[in-house]
Amino acid sequence: MKPIAVLLQMLLLSWVSFSWAEVAKPTVVIGSKNFGESYLLAEIAAQVLEAKGWQVKRQLGLGGTLICYEALKNGAIDLYPEYTGTLSQAVLKLSGNPGRQEINQALTADGLELLAEYGFNNTYAVVVREALAQQLKLQSIADLHDHSLNFAFSHEFLQREDGWPGLAARYGLDTSVTGIEHGLAYQALADGAIDVTDAYSTDGELQRYRLKILADDLGYFPEYRAATLVRSDISPALRQGLSGLSSILDETQVQALNAQVVVKGRSFQDVAANFVQENAETLGIPAQTLDSVRGSWGDTGWTAELWGHFLRHLQLTAAALAAAIVVGLGLSVTVYRRAKVAEGVVYLCGLMQTIPSLALLALMIPLFGIGFLPAIIALFLYSLLPIVRNAITALSTTDPTLVKVSQALGLSVWEQLRYLRLPLATPAIFAGIRTAAVISIGTATLAAFIGAGGLGEPIVVGLSLNDTDMILRGAIPAALLAIIVELIFGALERKVSPPK
Amino acid sequence: MTDGSSAADVVVEFFSVAKSFGALTVFQDLSLQLPQGQTTAVVGASGSGKTTLLQMINGLERPDAGRVEVFGQPVPVDDLASFRRGIGYAVQGAGLFPHLTAEQNVTLVAKLEGWDEQRRRDRFRSLLHTVGLTADAAERLPRQLSGGQQQRLGLCRALMLQPDLLLLDEPFSAVDPITRLGLYESFEQVKATDPASVVLVTHDLREARRLADFMIILDQGEIVQYGVPAKVLAQPATPYAERLIESQLS
Repeated sequence: MKPIAVLLQMLLLSWVSFSWAEVAKPTVVIGSKNFGESYLLAEIAAQVLEAKGWQVKRQLGLGGTLICYEALKNGAIDLYPEYTGTLSQAVLKLSGNPGRQEINQALTADGLELLAEYGFNNTYAVVVREALAQQLKLQSIADLHDHSLNFAFSHEFLQREDGWPGLAARYGLDTSVTGIEHGLAYQALADGAIDVTDAYSTDGELQRYRLKILADDLGYFPEYRAATLVRSDISPALRQGLSGLSSILDETQVQALNAQVVVKGRSFQDVAANFVQENAETLGIPAQTLDSVRGSWGDTGWTAELWGHFLRHLQLTAAALAAAIVVGLGLSVTVYRRAKVAEGVVYLCGLMQTIPSLALLALMIPLFGIGFLPAIIALFLYSLLPIVRNAITALSTTDPTLVKVSQALGLSVWEQLRYLRLPLATPAIFAGIRTAAVISIGTATLAAFIGAGGLGEPIVVGLSLNDTDMILRGAIPAALLAIIVELIFGALERKVSPPK
Repeated sequence: MTDGSSAADVVVEFFSVAKSFGALTVFQDLSLQLPQGQTTAVVGASGSGKTTLLQMINGLERPDAGRVEVFGQPVPVDDLASFRRGIGYAVQGAGLFPHLTAEQNVTLVAKLEGWDEQRRRDRFRSLLHTVGLTADAAERLPRQLSGGQQQRLGLCRALMLQPDLLLLDEPFSAVDPITRLGLYESFEQVKATDPASVVLVTHDLREARRLADFMIILDQGEIVQYGVPAKVLAQPATPYAERLIESQLS
């Protein structure tokens, strides 16, 4: 923000003290990752800033650390909640257990900065049932030595360097372990099917299932202390606006907030709003603006919201498909006569298909940022293969007798294409387009990972909040859309095919 | 037709043509002249090189050595399309485009040549009449027509632009004997209406005897006999020719 604008704002603020919310401050774009706690922290930050007069745009549920980090670096978002351990281990590759200062030194290279910590550590934890802990007098991970228990860890934990292999070595645990899906582990633990599993120390389920975290006496797990990650050149005003978030939550409080969302099924917006209202003073929110908290959401019912997602999904798919048709057919028509080149093109399109969607999206952030455009480009790339493969195959396998005849009649290469090859290839081309359409409707749900909306949004939110209703609100319309499009294209295909 | 080095009454001439497909040699040293305004039948067993000979005339195949002249000019390398439009071409099974109606099939090249609709339609109607088809065939797709009708339309398509040279690759062989007789009559009608030089590839000696003014017997890429059909058939020059004639006409 320019100094003059800051001055102007300060002037305005002193004038219009009763209505902060209406003061024109620049829009702040807040991101989050796609798991419950990240949504919650981002939403709290959003509501705090809104209460202090900022316009906030939410880009919540982005698909993971890489996408958030790139989006922030790129300016597509202005801030998101991050963890010290994630930065040091996954992003910066720092060894040991560095603190915030050390991390911030490493972050300067990317022009980023980790603001003051929220006050809690959400690290890996080894948990057992409270009852079992009392019975066997289990206090720390080292106590597991003396008992023969049933160990089951999430697949990721079993693989990660900072997971089970290192843990077993550090504590000298020599026991057989099995893998289990993290989402099922809590229930299995509660039912007594397993005795020991890994968890995140702030998971809401820890309270619900009465689980005990075993102390990490040897300090094996790196700290994952939550804080707001920003670009270091943010305005002093924004820095000031976020300062109230420092040391606002400890582990137990976060667990409780998480539990309200995951266990009690309240919306994270609701839980965040409650929290902001209860802690308004600490957060530095003037009392008279509290009513405006939760102002930006909740007015529209979920049906209206769903309709919006549906339309957005349609837009994404239609735009990507249209581009794929134009480019795919153009490409096919250009190369179908050169077998080697055509083979190469099909191969390349196939290769595109093998790039994991999140990786593709992350690759595109430096070029296109986040949101609608990169989502369309990703969908476009995924739609190319069926169109190009069908078109090239059909165009290059026209009945050789007919091709000879058309040559003998004096049709130029272009005329052969226009009057013979293309009309005969139309059914196959249409089948390719139809496949591409259905694929891209399915794949368009990934657009939610880069904040492009669509029916993927309720799916992503629902998945991360363990909310089946919400997942279905996205999944059912997406499936219906795929079926409808399939039927429409099927009818069109029959129409353009020569009658048999 | 221009008057080149060849005699004025020659429409197609091969000069020491050699042609192989990979290891298979079709022609080693083929020279021949085809007379202007006449129907020449090229006969021989399968694999004797009949179709390759025909396709070197309109440039679908290229000689490896030697050259082919048509209308006194070498077959062009560039702009084959306009060269080919001066030469009619019909094949066994007709080779009609399955997605076009009878009329669209026959008139396609005229449309590409820029003929207006009226002219195309008039020409199409007169061709239909010549080959003995009724107008109600016009709107049908090939699969809605009999083999004989398709073959007649293939002939119409070859004749659409009134070519001076007509290349026919066994166009009468994929139909039953009765239909074939009808096609012969259509062809004779065509010859009377649109006189042109014709090269007719066939393995059927009776057909050659009935339709051709001259005939060439090909045996493994060599011309073993050449002349008026009646004479050739009465006096086979080689054992192969004798065998060929005996197999069909005795």
